[in-house]
Amino acid sequence: MKRMNFAQLQQKLTAAARLQSPDDRVPYAFEKRIMALLAQRAAASGQILWARGFWRAAVSCVALAAVCGAVSFFTPAAADNSKDLSQDFENTLLASVDQPDATP
Amino acid sequence: MERSEAELIAAVLRGDRASFEPLVAKYSPRVLATARRYARRESEIEDIAQEVWLKAFDKLKSFRGEAPFEHWLMRLAVRTCYDFLRGHQRNRESSFSEISEPEEDWLDRFVADPGSAAEDADAARALVNRVLERLSPEARLVIQLLEIEDRSVKEIAELTGWSVPLVKVRAFRARAEMRKILARMAKDKYL
Repeated sequence: MKRMNFAQLQQKLTAAARLQSPDDRVPYAFEKRIMALLAQRAAASGQILWARGFWRAAVSCVALAAVCGAVSFFTPAAADNSKDLSQDFENTLLASVDQPDATP
Repeated sequence: MERSEAELIAAVLRGDRASFEPLVAKYSPRVLATARRYARRESEIEDIAQEVWLKAFDKLKSFRGEAPFEHWLMRLAVRTCYDFLRGHQRNRESSFSEISEPEEDWLDRFVADPGSAAEDADAARALVNRVLERLSPEARLVIQLLEIEDRSVKEIAELTGWSVPLVKVRAFRARAEMRKILARMAKDKYL
């Protein structure tokens, strides 16, 4: 068997590839398809923006709730009831209701 | 009156999406011809072209108008084709045992007398496509641009975004890879 000259074969095949003229035919209504895709994407991107905003808000709320939960869980309960935050809060909230009773 | 390319691009950037359509109509033949150099199935070719146009629309702000729009678009097209090749690397792992009879005949003629094997034969084209499909994405892109489209190293660097030395290194490796594939093909056929 004769030895194959790979360099020459490479040249021949490259020349064969050069002779192939690229086909530039365009599918029917291709530009319409692209424009429809762009329109579809624009509509979808509005929805995506809203969805993204809601997700961010939800994550922030969950994070805030977790921090509040952690703070209330790890803060030791005050021994003195007079310094109880919830009691203070209730007193402040009901201050206006309690006021008429206090005045003679 | 027909609007110029610059006017169309400016209109698209102002938010007039419809002005993009004449650009798509004008340059789609070139984009599809480029895609056909790297993909074989018509569905893949259309996917590549579609991807090129979607990217072109998204990145139109980055087009500064210093070079013609066509050059900018071709850069996008070549890079999209490269991404496609990288995404379809698995397809190139197969043996040469399935080469057709005319391709085998062409190879036999080449071995017997290299001058008698014509480059314009269909078998030669089929064979070169088979070899190109087995190259790595980098090698395929370089061989296509440098050897087949006859572009300069500088042009390839601009099209691909690679540096000039990198193109040279990849061209050297690509030629070696192609020879290796041809050697494997000969081994599969004759041993």
